[in-house]
Order: sequence, then C-alpha cells, then structure tokens
Amino acid sequence: MSEAVIRVVGLGKSYTTAAGLFPALKAVDLRVDAGEFVAIMGPSGSGKSTFMNLLGCLDTPTHGDYFLVGRNVAQLDKDQLAVLRNRTIGFVFQGFNLLPRMTLEDNVALPLVYAGVDRDSRRARARQELGRVGLADYASSLPSRISGGQQQRVAIARALINSPPLILADEPTGNLDSQTSEEIMTLFAGLNRQGITIVLVTHENDIAAHAQRQVRFRDGRIVSDQPTPARESA
Amino acid sequence: MRKAMLGEAWRAMGANRLRTVLTMLGMVIGVGSVVLMLAIGQGAQYAVAQTISTMGSNLYILISGSTSASGLRSGGGGGPTLTVADGEAISELDGVANVAPVHQGTQQLVYGANNWNTTVVGTTPNYLEARAWTLVSGYPFGDSDVRSATRVALIGQTAVDNLFGSDDPLGKTLRIRQSPFVVVGVLGRKGQNLDGRDQDDTVIIPLTTAQRKVFGTPFVGSVRLMMVQATSAEAMPLVEKSLTALLRQRHRIREDQENDFYLRNLAAAADSAAETTRVMSMLLGAIASVSLLVGGIGIMNIMLVSVTERTREIGIRMAIGARQRDILTQFLLEALMISVAGCLIGLLIGIGGALLTNALTDMVIVISGTAVLVAFGVAAAVGVFFGYYPAHRAAGLDPIEALRHQ
Repeated sequence: MSEAVIRVVGLGKSYTTAAGLFPALKAVDLRVDAGEFVAIMGPSGSGKSTFMNLLGCLDTPTHGDYFLVGRNVAQLDKDQLAVLRNRTIGFVFQGFNLLPRMTLEDNVALPLVYAGVDRDSRRARARQELGRVGLADYASSLPSRISGGQQQRVAIARALINSPPLILADEPTGNLDSQTSEEIMTLFAGLNRQGITIVLVTHENDIAAHAQRQVRFRDGRIVSDQPTPARESA
Repeated sequence: MRKAMLGEAWRAMGANRLRTVLTMLGMVIGVGSVVLMLAIGQGAQYAVAQTISTMGSNLYILISGSTSASGLRSGGGGGPTLTVADGEAISELDGVANVAPVHQGTQQLVYGANNWNTTVVGTTPNYLEARAWTLVSGYPFGDSDVRSATRVALIGQTAVDNLFGSDDPLGKTLRIRQSPFVVVGVLGRKGQNLDGRDQDDTVIIPLTTAQRKVFGTPFVGSVRLMMVQATSAEAMPLVEKSLTALLRQRHRIREDQENDFYLRNLAAAADSAAETTRVMSMLLGAIASVSLLVGGIGIMNIMLVSVTERTREIGIRMAIGARQRDILTQFLLEALMISVAGCLIGLLIGIGGALLTNALTDMVIVISGTAVLVAFGVAAAVGVFFGYYPAHRAAGLDPIEALRHQ
C-alpha cells in the first residue's frame, strides 16, 4: 500500500487567550490517500480552519503528528515549511488572492520564482497552466480585468503550476454565484480525475457533494467521516 | 530569481509613483547637498592650497627685533638690525636652501603719462627662488646687478596692467623716484596671498639699488626682513635651532637676553589656514549628511507603510512558498532601489549645482571622484540600514495572520 498524502495522528492545536488555553483542535486522526477528493465541513468555530492551516503547513501543531507525503511536518522550521508548501501544496483561497499589480501570467508563475525556476520555463509553464483552465488568451491581463470566476481559475492554475500532489481549497466558491461555483467544482473534479488529491473546506452541501468523501468537524473534533451519498440529481 | 525580484521591486516602485518620487526626493536632496557642499568645501581647500603654494614652500620670515630709543619701543622690524653678512652666514647653515634679504616699501612708479603706487621690493636673486616665482618674459637680474646696484626691475602683472596697459613692458624704462629703471623681466601671476593682498602689485629691484637710490636708507647693508627657505619640511626644526643660535652669537646676545629678531614660520601659518578650510568643508559635509539621514528615515517610513499595506500580499507569497529571506530580500531591494535611484538623481543635481555655482560665481569648485563614490556608498548604506527594519518586519509576519489581513 502506498504512503498516504495526508496522515494526521492525534493532531491538536491550542491558542493562548486572555481566558486561558483554548483548544481549537483536539486530537484529530485522519488519513487521506492519493487521488481522494475530500470535503471538510462544519460550522464556524468547529476547528476546520485551524485544521486546514495545519494541513497547509501555515501553522504548527501544539501536539500530535502530521505526515505530509510521508514527511513529519512538526519537525520542520519555517523555511523548510515554505519549501514544502511551494513543492507539495497548491492553495486555492476564497478571496482568490491574486496579486493585483501582476499580470495573470506572472501571478501563475509566482510559485516558480520561489522554486528557483528560470524565466523562460516559468513563462512557458504559466501559459500552459492558464491554457489548462481555459484562460490562455488573458495571459497579459491584470486580475482586475477579469471576472471572479475567471480569477479563481487563475488561482487554480497557480496552485497547479508546481505539479503538487495536493490541492487545499478553502471555501473556493464562497465569493462566486451558483453557476460559476458549479463550473469551478467541475474543474476540481476534472483535476481529481487526473490523480490530484483535493481537500476542500466548505459549508455548502451542494459543493461538498462534488467530493467523494465528507468529513465533518464540531468543537475541534471530527464527528463524522463518510463517503458522499449518490446525488439524486446526477 | 534575483532578476525576477529586481523586476518586482521596479514594479512596486511604479505602483505608487507620486509616493516613490516623494520618498526619493529625500535622498535626492540629501545626496545633492552632500555633493554640492563637498564640492564647495574641497574647492575652498584647493584655493587655499593654491595660495599657499604661491608663497613658496618651507619658508621662514626673519624679522629684526624691536628697538628702543629714549624709552620708546618700536615693534618687530623696528630697526634694520639684520645685515647682509648675517644672511650670508645663514645661507651656510645645513638645511638652508635660500636666503634673501629684503628692503621693501611703497613708491610711486611712473611710465609715460601713467603713474601707479606699488610695493617696491629690493632683494637678491635668491628671492625669486625662495618664492618659487617664475618670469613670463625677460630675465631675472643677477648677483652682479646687486653688486653694482644697476637700475633694473622685474615687474608684477598688476603693475604691468596699470602702468603699461596693453604695451609690452619688456625693455621699457619706468621711473621710481625720478630714477629710471629698465624692465628686464615680467613676473608670472601669483594672485592673492593668505591675507588677501595682491602679490602681483609689485616691482622687484636689486637690494643695493633699492637702498641707495630709492629708499635712501642710512643703513646700507642692513635690512628689517629676510626670507629664509629650508631645503625640506623635515629640515625646518633644525634650521630654526641653528639659525637662532647663529644669530644670537653674531649679535652677541647674552644668555639672559631675549632674541633681537623674530623667526616666523610661514608653513605653520599655511597649515593653520589649510586646517581651517578643512574643518569648514567637513562641517559643510556634516550638515549636508543630516539631510541624507532625514532622507533615510523617509524611506524607512514609507517602507513601513508599504509593508502594512501589502500584508496580505506577503501572506499570499508566503503561502505559495516564499521563505523569510525571500520576503526580506524583496523589501530590502525596494528600499535599496529607491535610495540608489534617488542617489543617482541627487548626484546629477549636486554636480549640476556645483557647475552652476562655478559658472555664476568665482568660487572654486572641486568635484572629486572620492566624494561622489562616498555619497553613493552612503546612499546605498542608508537604503539597506533604513530598509532593513521594515523588511525584517515583513519577513517575520505570520502567514495566517497576513492572509487574514484585509
């Protein structure tokens, strides 16, 4: 059996607040294998954002272990985490998070700058990824010139450019209308079929229905973990 | 990667042009004023050095002491107690290059319809050598002229201008106190001395001629003034000691009596003048440096604002794999770029201002490569120094906090 993309053992995170130690996440166990499409759900304050930050190597746990593609992340320092994020994880955010002053091509190519790839290769690969999300014609536009749905496609192209095994999407359709959301989810499903592991946070059942597996959080714990029921409409 | 970062720094500068220009202005003014002030200061130093070099190097002026008659004491140079024989004895001393006894005073010169009051210097041929004074035309008089008290004259440029106008003075005859003198040489231009006196407003004639035919002194062969030149600056202390001993002996001064002469070290006077201008130019530079410092603080201020404004951008960059040193480099490069660009513009303005000052006034301006290089180095250092704190702050941001920043 191959190594899991994500393996989390007793993972927890506590914050120090004025009222004392607040456990945002309590001893979570989870395993996500290569090629899975997992939706993480739960009300706000359930700990799912904290969990996603830990999965994204943006934060370090207070206890437990996190193995990302076999590496124990808890032992890495900030710069090693940055390199790991760069090579292993593609981020897609709710607010798209493109850099407003850069062309779409430069936005998509930015992770390659930090990976130390030369200019010509950066450009070629950025164009290729833009083509993959259907926006090859907009390479030299600025993000403000295109729609929200298109911006999210560019963000997905950026997430894909370093060919990461894992994509983490945090409410990727939260700022989009339902039709555009549907298009973005179709895009994710297509990427998943190409073998990319996707973990997506959402609070909408419609969106979660695109995943194969749904994990629900409440009060810092996983309360349910089950395959998505067959869609009635599909 | 470095190239990509330079491109990004350039783009960030262009994103808010007015702000970038205003920030740069601090550096422009700072560097511009440093360059201009150093140019003026070094120009002043150069001008003083020029003046000093016209005096002649390693010079002493030997002045006869005060005399007293019926209780009235004269000042230094009161009586002609130095003799030509003293001068000859001094010239035998080790380390002495030239000795020139001088009898000078002002006299009215007449040439044709023109007349002009000027300083007449009666001396020996050594005088020209001691003062490093060259002729632009003609020949100097020699020792034989001094021995036979011939009526020959070397004439300075100012006297030439006022007496002869556009005529060539060489070979012409001018009159000093009714005595006719043939102009045998024209002196090169020396300009002002340290006291601001015009050194070219002069006529030099043989000492004997001056004493017998112009000034009519009863003490022929004695003078109030002598120029003594040492062979080198190192020889000066030795000359001072041996000259003093020699003169005390020749003038038969007892152990408990004071010298009847004064020895003035012109090199020391020159040094103090040079030191004064050096301090002045340093002061100018220091004042200008303050504006450079203010410019640097301006950069830090703007970079801090920029880091705050771009917190979210920093978060995004961190999420997609920027290491702390990548963020640090990015913001440091931006600060450096602003300060170096400001520095370049400031250099142009400073040099332009210096050239303009040179063109509009008669101030001497010296733009040295060192000053330009130092200004540039300081500007770069200011960029790094004042850019470091904001850049460090940016690099130290927590990616989650930064991403959440609106």
